[in-house]
Amino acid sequence: MAAELNAVNGSGRGASVLLTDLEKRFDRTNAVDGVSLDIRSGEFLTLLGPSGSGKTTTLMMIAGFETPTAGDIAIDGMSVVAMPPYRRNIGMVFQNYALFPHLTVEDNIGFPLKQRGVPKTERTKLVGEALELVQLPGYGGRYPRQLSGGQQQRVALARAIVFKPRLLLMDEPLGALDKQLRENLQLEMRRLHADLGITFIYVTHDQEEALTMSDRIAVMNDGKVAQVGRPEDLYDRPCNRFVAGFIGESNFLPAVVRDLEDDIVVAECEGVLVRALCPARPANGTKVTLTTRPERLRFADTLNGHAPQNRMSVTVTEAVFAGERCRYLLRAADGASIVLKEPSSAAIRRRQVGEQAEIAWSVADTILV
Amino acid sequence: MTPYLLAAPLIAFMIAFYVLPVVAMLMRSVSDPSWTLQHYAALPDDVVFLKTFANTFYTSLIVTLASLLLGYPVALALVRAPRWALVILVLIMLPFWTSVLVRSYAWMVLLGRHGLFNEALIAAGMIDRPLRILNTPLATQIAMSHILLPYMILPIANALRQIDPSLLRAASGLGSPPWRTFLQVTLPLSMPGVAAGVLLVFVLALGFYITPAMVGGPREITISMLIAQRVDQLDWAYAATLSAVLLATALAIIGAFYRLPGVGNAFRMNAR
Repeated sequence: MAAELNAVNGSGRGASVLLTDLEKRFDRTNAVDGVSLDIRSGEFLTLLGPSGSGKTTTLMMIAGFETPTAGDIAIDGMSVVAMPPYRRNIGMVFQNYALFPHLTVEDNIGFPLKQRGVPKTERTKLVGEALELVQLPGYGGRYPRQLSGGQQQRVALARAIVFKPRLLLMDEPLGALDKQLRENLQLEMRRLHADLGITFIYVTHDQEEALTMSDRIAVMNDGKVAQVGRPEDLYDRPCNRFVAGFIGESNFLPAVVRDLEDDIVVAECEGVLVRALCPARPANGTKVTLTTRPERLRFADTLNGHAPQNRMSVTVTEAVFAGERCRYLLRAADGASIVLKEPSSAAIRRRQVGEQAEIAWSVADTILV
Repeated sequence: MTPYLLAAPLIAFMIAFYVLPVVAMLMRSVSDPSWTLQHYAALPDDVVFLKTFANTFYTSLIVTLASLLLGYPVALALVRAPRWALVILVLIMLPFWTSVLVRSYAWMVLLGRHGLFNEALIAAGMIDRPLRILNTPLATQIAMSHILLPYMILPIANALRQIDPSLLRAASGLGSPPWRTFLQVTLPLSMPGVAAGVLLVFVLALGFYITPAMVGGPREITISMLIAQRVDQLDWAYAATLSAVLLATALAIIGAFYRLPGVGNAFRMNAR
């Protein structure tokens, strides 16, 4: 079957996946509501969203465990909607690992090879290589229950890649692990992705995980794709309020459009004129929401030399020292709350609650959504 | 300490009305007419005992096998077809709630010379003369399999229900078609339930009395029937010896099965 798929599109080691108007209806609600995505060969794409956003259902449809109510899934240009999961030749890692409890690690990893009729000696060799790859050599004779969560996850990973699929699907694979282990495995998965060169589709609700690991992220909300892009694009240029709020922290300020200059919009916000980037061209008088990231705001008196264009007078209402940074809650002239994060330094004076201050930030860090 | 206090009334009841009579009965096998092991010593040369013991084992084996083959698919349907689960469960439990006596009579009505089964075959023109089924070992095997089937289905269904559905998905995703997934994942993971069902049915079948006595053949008797005969003849020592042997056999089988991995768990109540 691998040969079959390779013959259709031999370019690259990874499969390309094309989702077209994909829809999954359960009773009366659309769990997935018109998802279209073009996933490139060898890409690490993450489906990111809150629970119930349709990300896992989308993944299950690609794997073949759910049948779409409408739309199409094409792998390497060939529609797989009518193909049962066991013929799709896709590697899959489940949230709870789904290791077979009655089989040893070796037999678990050898399972997909056995289904493909790989002879025993060849199987032993490939299983050994896979165990090396996930850094668990010598663990072949153990049973899953004798392994820690992190080790089980590595075995699940080895089992999913041992038969050299061109596409690997992962459903919140690190969700049950503690923070430190999760960060180690994130790096390992990045390395594995680079080594194997196959396409990864990764589902998570953890935005930090998505930002660190992915080539591209598709943010999902209410069964739809809210935005697709590289991590830095999503962070710097969120195209709607949901993405701005879900990825990282954002300040949202009500504003009214007053003027348009080239690709810059001048908006009135909290009594002052603020310049913002805006790909859309809203007419004068349009009510908009101005978005800024807390760590991109500065107190104006700490900036010597270069002066960002946007400035605003505020009152400090809360000051929290959080180690590597200070977090301030500020109130603008018309009462809007603004969060500002300042890298901590013994050389910078800490602001007191009730103090007046002026904040400044650059046009590039100001988005209208 | 409290759990023991809560169980105390039952424990006292069991000691008074179960443990003491059983011990008294077992004592007769070694104390009648005086302290002796002669009843046990005579068993290896007792042709009637040996034949009956072999027949009881054989019947239990056939019944266990039949209920396993008939029960496993039903257990699978019970777990995999949630829409039909209630209907299937009622169909299994309905006979279960009926007395064994009534069900054995029902089988007499069905399997007799002029029973429904023979009448139907004659009406369909498949046979000329009624088949002799009632009062044969076959009748015992059919009726006992039917009566003991729930004891096979329920533990197997319980084991099947505990299999994580994501394992089946994983197997499918890794390239295993449904029938291979059944052989490689479902079947091995349900073995504790199978072992529990086999144990229950086999041990219950060993001591079965009413059904073989009513529908079985006059020559192919079981241990329990032999015990009843001897009690009728007031040969208490012999009856007690046979009972002791039957009890020891059942305990030995239970002990052996509990050593199989996972079987102990299959009997444990699901606390969740």
